[in-house]
Amino acid sequence: MPPGEVVETGGIAHAIQVMTENIVPPISKRELLALIGRTAGASAMYMAMSSFGQAQASNFKAPIKLDGDPKGTSVLILGAGVAGATSALELSRAGYKVQVLEYNDHVGGRSWTLKGGDTFTELGGATQHCQFAPGNYINPGPWRIPWHHHGLIHYCHELGVALEPFMQVNYNAYVHDTKKFGGKPQRYRHIQADYYGHVGELLAKAVNKGALTDTLTKEDGEILLESLRSWGALDKNFRYVKGRESSGRRGWDKEPGGGLSAVPIPSEPMSVETVLQSGMWRTIGGNLSWDHEFTIFQPVGGMINVGKGFERAIGHLVRLNSKVTAIRQGDKGVTVDYVDTKTGAKMTASADYCICTIPLPILAQIEMNVGAELAAAIRAVPYSTSVKVGLEFKRRFWEQDEQIYGGITSTDLPIGSISYPSSNYGATGPGVLLGAYSGGAAGYELTALPPDQRVAKALEWGSQIHPQYKEEFMNGVAVGWHRVPWVLGCFGTWTEESRAQHYTNLCKMDGRIMLAGEHASYYGGWQEGGITSAIDAIGRLHQHVLAS
Amino acid sequence: MKIRTFTCMAATAFALAAATAAAAQSSPPPPSTADADGAFAGRGQFGETTGEKIFSRVCAACHMPDAKGAVGAGAYPALAANKKLAVSGYPAYVVVHGLNGMPPIGSMMSDQQVADVVNYVRTHFGNKYKDVVAASDIKALR
Repeated sequence: MPPGEVVETGGIAHAIQVMTENIVPPISKRELLALIGRTAGASAMYMAMSSFGQAQASNFKAPIKLDGDPKGTSVLILGAGVAGATSALELSRAGYKVQVLEYNDHVGGRSWTLKGGDTFTELGGATQHCQFAPGNYINPGPWRIPWHHHGLIHYCHELGVALEPFMQVNYNAYVHDTKKFGGKPQRYRHIQADYYGHVGELLAKAVNKGALTDTLTKEDGEILLESLRSWGALDKNFRYVKGRESSGRRGWDKEPGGGLSAVPIPSEPMSVETVLQSGMWRTIGGNLSWDHEFTIFQPVGGMINVGKGFERAIGHLVRLNSKVTAIRQGDKGVTVDYVDTKTGAKMTASADYCICTIPLPILAQIEMNVGAELAAAIRAVPYSTSVKVGLEFKRRFWEQDEQIYGGITSTDLPIGSISYPSSNYGATGPGVLLGAYSGGAAGYELTALPPDQRVAKALEWGSQIHPQYKEEFMNGVAVGWHRVPWVLGCFGTWTEESRAQHYTNLCKMDGRIMLAGEHASYYGGWQEGGITSAIDAIGRLHQHVLAS
Repeated sequence: MKIRTFTCMAATAFALAAATAAAAQSSPPPPSTADADGAFAGRGQFGETTGEKIFSRVCAACHMPDAKGAVGAGAYPALAANKKLAVSGYPAYVVVHGLNGMPPIGSMMSDQQVADVVNYVRTHFGNKYKDVVAASDIKALR
């Protein structure tokens, strides 16, 4: 990397890790944090703190307690996704008079699931009728919950939303690149084992050649060698070659058995050049990321169950099918105009304060008297594209033919990845997999196609990885988030510049109005962002109310 | 949904492109996923080569194939018979820099592609603006 070039997140984290491990003479963690803070800025310091376990995983520490009497203060909440629902739940508990207006006909927002019998009408009018068999589904929006999303997990536990493991990494799923290995999918296990093994061997060679003597003492070099043997599955000579050690990682040509046919036959690792030039090692880093590490969960039966959990708790406070058309505040309170989308009736709701969780592309179009800074912030956040396609097949061929139980295959095809269901393993009858999770240019191009053509494209591309597709296909659904009528995109995307200019203005109270949602968080696109932003907002609102 | 998708994809696309360029000396070009319009050429760059194709394969995702927009909880504005297109710099600026929730989608287009799609929309769907935007005009906007 040339000097002066911007270091991306992983680079800084890595640099800090190297610094913390290599600094001689010893330096205290406090001194090091101060040093990092001075040289690399607060965000780098935060990352360094995270690596020491001193920063909180999310700013949700414990259930919020809003002590003190709000004396009948009323709050109008706009939107019943996780941010609005969390606000409604905690404010009503604290004694506020709460009403929620929601555009959709259910609670949950993007915590959403498509299953058999559901219909979805997108912008432009195309309606899909999901035909999946009972028990099959896809989550068009968020689909996984990392262990450190404490807020969301807290509410799942409290609201009776059952969680089960999401199979983020499956060593037996594939890495696929149309331009490598003649387009033949490679098992993730082979890529990871051979990458680790060859890197381990190369580093062991460097140690043995004395190439690291300026960095490591002789004793530490020996420790490193032993660690490389363990990490890379090297043999007694620190080589990654065909044999018991390497096959213990990458698998055998003939697996161990019992009786007379028991003798295993080792498999041949790929060459170091093949592994490096394949570029497939890129998939490993993503799975090591904090956002995707084990344990990572999904709600049993689909993400809609998060919405249903909140609906059980606060559904009585929510007015559904209500489209907000104007938000006005004055000295005494906030008044919101809305239209009943079923009857067309024009209605009005009023309260002392307003928590607004409406996605920014929509809020930017709603008449609203707020200050110039908040108005500019609302208009400063573009929403990302994202497409998911669910495909139902006559049988779970990925389990039956290829022994892939959950997990994700990654590919350079426009579908991006294929994800296999993390539940009901071994079920007979139809199965549904996620046949596309696509963004970038292909995300727009898929969205621009009619839904049935999105499904057809996902089928065509995915059959390069699973030839069974064409024989076994039954039906599919496809959601392009820019066609979702109540968001106009998938989630808010910030840049460092837009955050510096607008983030504080977006979050701070403007008269009697405060915004919340994933767009008002550093967790863009994650439900935890909606929940933590809501808790932050209602905490500040409560302080304001008690003080006034 | 993950936050770093774009960065990862862009980095991957760049790295793949670099690798492809290096390999191109000795091997035949790899199979492409691009269709006849140039759609699905890559994740970080649109491959459509005419204004009509860029509109129908990209812009129509939100503004709809008939350019009449759509209305839900919010709305996508109609580009058809849109008086805001009278000054060519306005649509060009919006494509390059985005507007409200609209992403700066021109970041995944060449200067020529942005010019082509702006010129196409300004002369179709009931728009009859005769002046033409050039790639150099777009370059100046970035």
